Amino acid sequence: MTEPVLAADDLRVWYGTERGPVRAVDGVSFAVYEGETLGLVGESGCGKSTLGRAILGLLPRGSAMDGSLRFKGSELVGLPRKELEGLRGPELGLVFQEPMTRLNPLMRVSEHFEETLKIHEPGLGKKGMRERAVEALRHVGIPPSRYDNYPHEFSGGMRQRIMIALTLVLHPAFMVADEPTTALDVLVEAQILRLLGDLRQNFRTAMLLITHNLGIVAEACDRVAVMYAGRIVEIGDAREVFAEPKHPYTRELLASTISLHTTDLHSIPGAPPDLADPPSGCRFHLRCPDAMRVCVEKAPVPVRLETGQRTECWLHGPHDQVPANGTEPLEREAISVADEA
Amino acid sequence: MAQLTIAPTPGGGDGPGGGRRGMRRLLAPIAEAQGLPKWLLWSGIVLTALFVIMAVFAPLIAPYGFAQYQAAGHTFPKQGAPGAGHLFGTTVMQFDVFSRVVYGARTALEVMLLAVIFSLVIGVPLGLLSGYFGGWLDRILVLIMDALFAFPYLLLAIVAAFLLSGLLGGGVVTAALAITVVYIPQYFRVVRNSTLSAREATYVEAARAIGAQPRTIITKYLFSNVVQSVPVIATLNAADAISTLAGLGFLGYGIQPTDAAEWGYDLQRAIDDAGAGIWWTGVYPGIAIVLAVTALTLVGEGLNDVYNPTLRRRRIAKVVLPPRALEQPIEPKGDA
Amino acid sequence: MPTKLEPETPEVGADDLLMDVRDLEVHFALRGGALSRFTGRGGGAVRAVDGVSFGLRRGEVLGLVGESGSGKTTLGRALLGLVPATGGSIGYAGHELVGMSEHNLRPLRRELQMAFQDPHASLNPAMDLQTAIGHPLRIHKMVRTDTELRERVVTALERVGLAPVERFMDKYPADLSGGQKQRAVFARATIMEPKLVVADEPASMLDMSVRAKVIELMQDLRRELGLTYVYITHDLATAKFFCDRIAIMYLGRIVELGPTEEIFANPRHPYTRSLLAAVPEPDPRVEVSREVPRGEVPDAAIRPAGCSFHPRCPKAFEVCGWEGRDLRALLEERWTTLTEDDYLAESSLFADLTALDGQRGTVQVAAASGHMGEEVAARLTRIRDSDTDEPLWRGVADIRAKGGHAEVAFRDGTDPGLTLIGDVEVACHLHDPAIQEAPA
Repeated sequence: MTEPVLAADDLRVWYGTERGPVRAVDGVSFAVYEGETLGLVGESGCGKSTLGRAILGLLPRGSAMDGSLRFKGSELVGLPRKELEGLRGPELGLVFQEPMTRLNPLMRVSEHFEETLKIHEPGLGKKGMRERAVEALRHVGIPPSRYDNYPHEFSGGMRQRIMIALTLVLHPAFMVADEPTTALDVLVEAQILRLLGDLRQNFRTAMLLITHNLGIVAEACDRVAVMYAGRIVEIGDAREVFAEPKHPYTRELLASTISLHTTDLHSIPGAPPDLADPPSGCRFHLRCPDAMRVCVEKAPVPVRLETGQRTECWLHGPHDQVPANGTEPLEREAISVADEA
Repeated sequence: MAQLTIAPTPGGGDGPGGGRRGMRRLLAPIAEAQGLPKWLLWSGIVLTALFVIMAVFAPLIAPYGFAQYQAAGHTFPKQGAPGAGHLFGTTVMQFDVFSRVVYGARTALEVMLLAVIFSLVIGVPLGLLSGYFGGWLDRILVLIMDALFAFPYLLLAIVAAFLLSGLLGGGVVTAALAITVVYIPQYFRVVRNSTLSAREATYVEAARAIGAQPRTIITKYLFSNVVQSVPVIATLNAADAISTLAGLGFLGYGIQPTDAAEWGYDLQRAIDDAGAGIWWTGVYPGIAIVLAVTALTLVGEGLNDVYNPTLRRRRIAKVVLPPRALEQPIEPKGDA
Repeated sequence: MPTKLEPETPEVGADDLLMDVRDLEVHFALRGGALSRFTGRGGGAVRAVDGVSFGLRRGEVLGLVGESGSGKTTLGRALLGLVPATGGSIGYAGHELVGMSEHNLRPLRRELQMAFQDPHASLNPAMDLQTAIGHPLRIHKMVRTDTELRERVVTALERVGLAPVERFMDKYPADLSGGQKQRAVFARATIMEPKLVVADEPASMLDMSVRAKVIELMQDLRRELGLTYVYITHDLATAKFFCDRIAIMYLGRIVELGPTEEIFANPRHPYTRSLLAAVPEPDPRVEVSREVPRGEVPDAAIRPAGCSFHPRCPKAFEVCGWEGRDLRALLEERWTTLTEDDYLAESSLFADLTALDGQRGTVQVAAASGHMGEEVAARLTRIRDSDTDEPLWRGVADIRAKGGHAEVAFRDGTDPGLTLIGDVEVACHLHDPAIQEAPA
């Protein structure tokens, strides 16, 4: 296969707080290829949004990042802020959750596009800018006749479409969409997801879709990375992962999702750990129904399975690294509501 | 067998219950203050403490009374220079300047406390009622308060002092009430605005849903969430009250000189001395005013920085990423 | 793991009705612009709830499902008198709740409770759990001593699973996780052992892994206290799991109401079908059709003519209430598919399309200056012939030129009322026997 558009290798992003460093992203590796959508799912506080921000160089002060993050072959970690800002827009796009807060209510849609294009593609000319903008708007289903309207003249879904068009107008090679449909209604959400799917084919943009909704991943993503407590615990083809989840967390998360086919309620006991003081060994062992003795003692090693998935769980080996008696099930007290999320 | 420890709940361990805990929650930001706000706050607190000590223990600190012009049969010198007998000298009326400065602190503290208490007692409830009920009550109150607010504050205080002195005479209470009139609109506005936004909060609707009456909603649900900005305004207003009191005294609408020692009045009397090279009658009360106002302003600004979340910078600890544990093999690059 | 409760027996007598809602209306007066506020004249009204009728049976879970703007939340609040109804009636235990004063409602609040969407916002941040949860008892003077109050609070906390109780009594809301807060909210709502709890999207702000626990908690409370629920949600999946009956709402009205099994097995209203098709499905082995209706929920202040859903409905036909603004939407949507040159050529024929917005019946489509009405009419006819599947054209009787305009004559539309089919009520012309029998 070709070179990935974006490849993270053992990336870490820690935040400094009064309680000590919070390991929001703690050694994740993944790659996204051209025209591919990678879904990033996990509970709130698992570090998925931090990862998205880290890629775009939007981390707040007091955070540290190391490891490797290669975009089209060049390293982003350690890149000066100025250079990263130059990449953001023409190379790295971003779609946020709240469309209204990102559009200036006093500026026409046309002015938003002109501003963006002027910064990143100077010398395009008024006519050239209009052509590009209208083209992008057309792709997201906004009629050219509304080009000079103000943001308040559009509905919530249309504003999100405009935001997507504003990102696409620069033809970025990679795009991060952070919960792009969370604020929208079900039907509009379905429209936007379908739109994102079409764009992936038309523009060949590689995309990282961050969401807490497993259904959205199944619908809109080629591959999925499941994140828990700062680590990617399972990554692979979305159909494979959802049909046969290998990591107990993926399995439990799928089981606790209520869908139209749910007949039994299921939930994961306990709450995600405090990332300032994560548990020893596997970070999921406190809540894992399959936890073994080894899970408390040693952090699991990423293993690639025959199905192509990569997971880190001692159930899948490598078995030669499991100490003697390590596979004995873990005895523990029941986790009470007191620790629930 | 491995025993699992229970994962810590967010918020940490169980503290002692009740009011002490609430107090601790309130005071925690002060203890945690860092950098400039901390410096402002603590220097202000120290100065204010000196001011309060001077006021409370005035009879012990001052060698003479504030309206005393003789001791042990000797009358004090007229406009005597600072020296052994009179540390800060004496005035044209033969009063001891040092004693008047010390007693002046007492007056200032009394007026300041009364003024702040009066305006809190009147402004906060009015703001709560106006914000919660809205309607015509709100409109009328806002109109009155805005009208008061639009007046130059000293002019307003003078008018109030003038009107009140007819009723109550020219004492401490009159001065405090005159100043109160100036500050009520500030509390009213702040409390009303935060009530307006808190009124829409879900927890207020939830209180209605459990059947709480407006009185209960205002006292149990709105009050504690709305008054958080009040301590800051109160300290800043206290500083302001001292200068307003001095202004009133200077203009002759303050406290009668026989009732209490008052820095503004002394300053006004010192004007004629200044031309004759008699500096001590003016400089010492002047310094006292400046210091008292500065002290309280520092506390107010410090509190503002500490409590106001928009001004508060979270303390950022520098993160150093430790080298990776070697036992954790790194996956070969790329995947799928 | 607990599974779904057996649904209550469907035979209902008058005694089994907990609440009887008839033609309920909640209209909010719109504040107009600065001028109208100045002159005191209103700018119309938003009909948040616009003529809703249903009976709430004792012990059932009734789901109110719809998108934002459907009026489901307003309806839920109106049932408890938290939002004043502007018309209709709510009968509860011999009382008429519509028009009842806050003072008279207060004693009834012991029996009618609410759980809110945002658990973080629905607890007073300055009140510890013990005080907050026990407050309803204090307000209604249902306990005499502090010991009694404490006992009741302990029971309520244990009932919602916040145990060990000592660990939670003195906590402030900020110390709790989202799931724990929602449990506390339910503890407060159930401490007076109410008859009805209106739950407004109680799980939607929580993580996937906790949502199931909230539903489970509601089921436990229902079993233990014999509660009746009105469950407001936009999430059909949880509604399917939790509700006995479901009312699908669109723009302030119920468009379909019936037993859950029937609604999901045999959805009749096109809107219900669209909602079902839009539920994201995590299992890739389940094939789902993805026919998503166009557009979004329109502004409730200017309700579409005829059936409110017709502009988005894939099945709409002649009598659904076509009007001028539908034509504008159609043209604008078409223009997103044209090339720049074709778009400029076509759009230059039309004068300002916003003039279409208020027009019904026979609408005037003005030609731009320099163009004739005939050109516009010919173009519209051409568009019609090129896209005969478009439902709108079924509602157009005639297109002809007249002066500088093209006249588009829409057929008369009617507003579908609820029709009872089996045990499901549907408001759709497709299921209206009178219309279906008559040849169109």
